[in-house]
Amino acid sequence: MAIREGTRSGAEAWERNSRGREARERVMKFLLTACAYLSIFTTFGIVIVLFEETSRFFLEVSPVEFLTSTQWAPPQGEFGVLPLVYGTLMATVIAIGVALPVGLLTAIYLSEYAPRGLRRWLKPALEILAGVPTVVYGYFALTFITPLFRESVFPGIESFNAISAGLIMGMMIIPTVASVSEDAIYAVPLSLREGAYALGATRRETATKIVVPAALSGIVAAVILGISRAIGETMIVTIAMGAQANWLGSPLDGMQAMTAYIVQVVGGETPRGSITYESIFAVGSALFLMTLVLNLASYWFVRRYRETY
Amino acid sequence: MTRGGKKAGRQESGGPEFKASMSTRYGLDKAFTALVTGAALVGVVVLALLLADVVRDGSTMLSPEFLTSFPSQVFPEKGGIYPALIGSLWLLGLTGLISVPLGLGAAVYLEEYAEDTRINRIIEINISNLAGVPSVIYGLLGLGIFVQLLAPVTGGGSVLTGALTLSLLILPVIIVATREALRAIPGSIREGGYALGATQWEVIWSHLLPRALPGALTGIILALSRAVGEAAPILVVGVSLYQTYVTAGPFDGYMALPTQIYDWISRPQQVFQDSAAAGIVVAMVVLLLANSFAIWLRNRYQQRS
Repeated sequence: MAIREGTRSGAEAWERNSRGREARERVMKFLLTACAYLSIFTTFGIVIVLFEETSRFFLEVSPVEFLTSTQWAPPQGEFGVLPLVYGTLMATVIAIGVALPVGLLTAIYLSEYAPRGLRRWLKPALEILAGVPTVVYGYFALTFITPLFRESVFPGIESFNAISAGLIMGMMIIPTVASVSEDAIYAVPLSLREGAYALGATRRETATKIVVPAALSGIVAAVILGISRAIGETMIVTIAMGAQANWLGSPLDGMQAMTAYIVQVVGGETPRGSITYESIFAVGSALFLMTLVLNLASYWFVRRYRETY
Repeated sequence: MTRGGKKAGRQESGGPEFKASMSTRYGLDKAFTALVTGAALVGVVVLALLLADVVRDGSTMLSPEFLTSFPSQVFPEKGGIYPALIGSLWLLGLTGLISVPLGLGAAVYLEEYAEDTRINRIIEINISNLAGVPSVIYGLLGLGIFVQLLAPVTGGGSVLTGALTLSLLILPVIIVATREALRAIPGSIREGGYALGATQWEVIWSHLLPRALPGALTGIILALSRAVGEAAPILVVGVSLYQTYVTAGPFDGYMALPTQIYDWISRPQQVFQDSAAAGIVVAMVVLLLANSFAIWLRNRYQQRS
């Protein structure tokens, strides 16, 4: 004690400072932890909101009807979700049909062929393509692609149709497929390529028979992620594919996607608590579950290729 | 091994291809090079076509007055995007204020504090999953929580509600970008700080955050420009498609550029279609500038480190 008396000012200053620092450490750690836990609350929030309204919806409409009926006409009380799922899947299949080959070949080009200088320009261009607002893609599909199809190959195409919307949605997800595939292709060890060249394989043979198979699980992850984005895409299908549910319609016809239905309802004057209002949460739940399964599958595939090399 | 019998029919795939003539193989090689090069150019060509298309369609409406006028149903050719532009600026500012500190905080926790426990692994998987949730679902979340449950705090369908919803949407993107930037900092920087007696937070604040900022900033700008371009979630949480006043506070109603464009697209008259194209030109100019800046920043940063 006596010693402390003697050096009073210095020791006390240090101690106060130290106590202050410890408190600040604890406060900051608490705040940062809270930020990270917010993501858990977000997920709970989504699940609770969707579950609450969906369960009210299922008090009035049987889940069996919702999942198996092919009639979707909310004003008449017909709530079979299949026509909306059909619209979503039609657009998604067309989109992936474009984005898988183009995105994968782009990834091969970027990783195996592109000169360094060009690569530094192409990758940002792709990122900018990914950053174009989806209303812009919707406008492009409606006012450029559909008239182009009508004047050339499909004279009987409807103003709103699945093929234009799907095609442009494919353009939107090319960057996703390309960038995730390229990460996987890039992660393939150089020694595998060198081995192939040493055996006399050409560049194409090395790329398609050695590198792509080695990166396959990453490429699968990229495609699943692309499918998930296509299923969740909203404005392109709302603007260019139409607002009329159409079970088993042709790609040249208009149809409604699940996301487009949600936007259609919130754009109208639907009173809260009505069955139509609750139906958007039921459709939202179905959408959420579909993308959740795809996202988890994609996460699993990405981890697999990370572990391999 | 019965491979010998198959050889004849398998000239181009599988093992026996060394039998094919060299000129065939080199020919295929050239064709494939052309194919992948063409595929890589598809994106660039589409982007160019799209820009040319909207500039052509929008040129009749583009003028300085277009930026400073209200949209009009009576004189649509004199309409503009002023309230939508101001609304989008409000969304941008508020979303940035909300999402950037939260995103940086979560990233610092996960990268610097979190140990490899079960709960932290769950948080990690959860964030990567949230990044894949469709934006319209975030709209439904915002509708349930911010518009209805927290109406007394947020004022219902206010610009604050819109910004909160968009913040939750882009948080995963900001977290992932910041974590990558933090991970790229060598451990010796941290150790040097501790050796001088700094506490963990002091090291983070004075050493790590300044160094991680350029990398994180790229992710933040890309995320914010995505938020400003989103239409679906704010349509669900009650953006105005028409209002006669300009947003002046966080609890006011708001219009936004993407939803204004959507509203014009959904009207059949040509003048509205042209207005939509002009609005798209404005939005694209802003977003292209922001994204180019972000990418430039990253390239510069990557070159130095």
